[in-house]
Amino acid sequence: MQDSGIAILFKGINFQRLLGGLWVTLRIALISIGLSCVLGLLFGLLMLSRRKIAQVFCRVWLEIVRFMPQLVLLYIVYFGFARMFGWDLDGETSGILVFTFWGAAEMGDLIRGALTSIPLHQTESAAAIGLTQWQIYRHVLIPQMLRRLLPQAINLSTRIIKTTALVKMINVIEVLKVGQQIIGQFYRSPDAAFWIYFVIFLLYFLVCWPISMLAKRLEKKWA
Amino acid sequence: MDWSFIGVHVPDYIGGAWVTLRFGLYGVACSMVLGLLCCLAQYFRVPVLRRIVGAYIEVARNTPLLVQLFFLYQGLPRVGIRFSAQACAVIGLTFLGGAYMAEAFRSGLEAVDRSQTEAGQCIGLTAAQNIRFVILPQALATAVPALFANIIFLIKETSMFSVLAMMDLMNVADTLRTSGGRTIEVLFMLVAAYLVLLLPVSLIATLAERRLRYAGFGDRHPV
Repeated sequence: MQDSGIAILFKGINFQRLLGGLWVTLRIALISIGLSCVLGLLFGLLMLSRRKIAQVFCRVWLEIVRFMPQLVLLYIVYFGFARMFGWDLDGETSGILVFTFWGAAEMGDLIRGALTSIPLHQTESAAAIGLTQWQIYRHVLIPQMLRRLLPQAINLSTRIIKTTALVKMINVIEVLKVGQQIIGQFYRSPDAAFWIYFVIFLLYFLVCWPISMLAKRLEKKWA
Repeated sequence: MDWSFIGVHVPDYIGGAWVTLRFGLYGVACSMVLGLLCCLAQYFRVPVLRRIVGAYIEVARNTPLLVQLFFLYQGLPRVGIRFSAQACAVIGLTFLGGAYMAEAFRSGLEAVDRSQTEAGQCIGLTAAQNIRFVILPQALATAVPALFANIIFLIKETSMFSVLAMMDLMNVADTLRTSGGRTIEVLFMLVAAYLVLLLPVSLIATLAERRLRYAGFGDRHPV
């Protein structure tokens, strides 16, 4: 147990344990992103609804997620819901709920922006050259919307992935917690904490950076 | 809802809000300076420095603040680099925020058309005058919404300072929650406190955007 530094990482299954912890947060992020895309589409359409009540509802929802730190939302769902409604949710479920609540609103706002960004004359010109309603959507509107939406949606996804690190604070055994367990186990090694936290830092970067790069490239390509 | 409990603990929350606000603002101020310097290094294509800045922005934007804080506060001391909790808070927030601020400034500068600089040269402005009277006013007006979005984002991110054992809003709430068991009241006050902190910032943002809109020459903001 006297190993110093980085050797600890490759001792036994330590590295696999860290990756397993990372997967816990990634799983929460992936499920939340998937649900956010579906709900975000509904949310975006609802924002464009002419009904005042729908607009107010969306506005309030969006302002809540913009103003409240995600950690506060996690606390409300994880600790508060048990008291308020008697729902005893585990950390992972609470995380998925909060990140979907947040992601759906943000995604909805992006979808709304993409939908309204296309000038009316695009539809009119398409109709003038004799395209049917379906063809207008298929060949004119949807391609332009996607080009605007996709880079932003991918950026939102990296933000969700980064933010899932917070589930550590509601007792989910994820990569930081696993790291701390390993550090505790090898407490005799003076610089174990340095290397473990450094590797976790690096792991997050290796997950998020390629996704950010993809968003950047798409943005450049379609600008 | 137990209002007397809330009344008794208002001072605790004021203390917490003060910590959140103070360190949030230190972080915001430092981020702005760092962001502006990074942005200028990239805008004027300073050799070498511009590469370093580019790498820094990617690293800071693609890792969670929570992981950065653990690395700073618990990782670095093991290799002999020690900071106080308060210093870690400001360094962590600045490390994250500098990258976001740099991107906001950059998007502002890029939005100013080259023809503006050329027109300025044509009427005989010096380089300094051109920056002062032509480029900066327009760049700032474009960057203001993103800058304020970043300020709100950074103040929200301070909720993670509780892992540095700082008595910010989040930690005050957490301490009361674990000791008293009045979860609903504690969370209600937490939400109220963040609203009190962030609503004015959002209001200032709206006013600033309206005030600076002149530089868009009316055409970029049809509303």
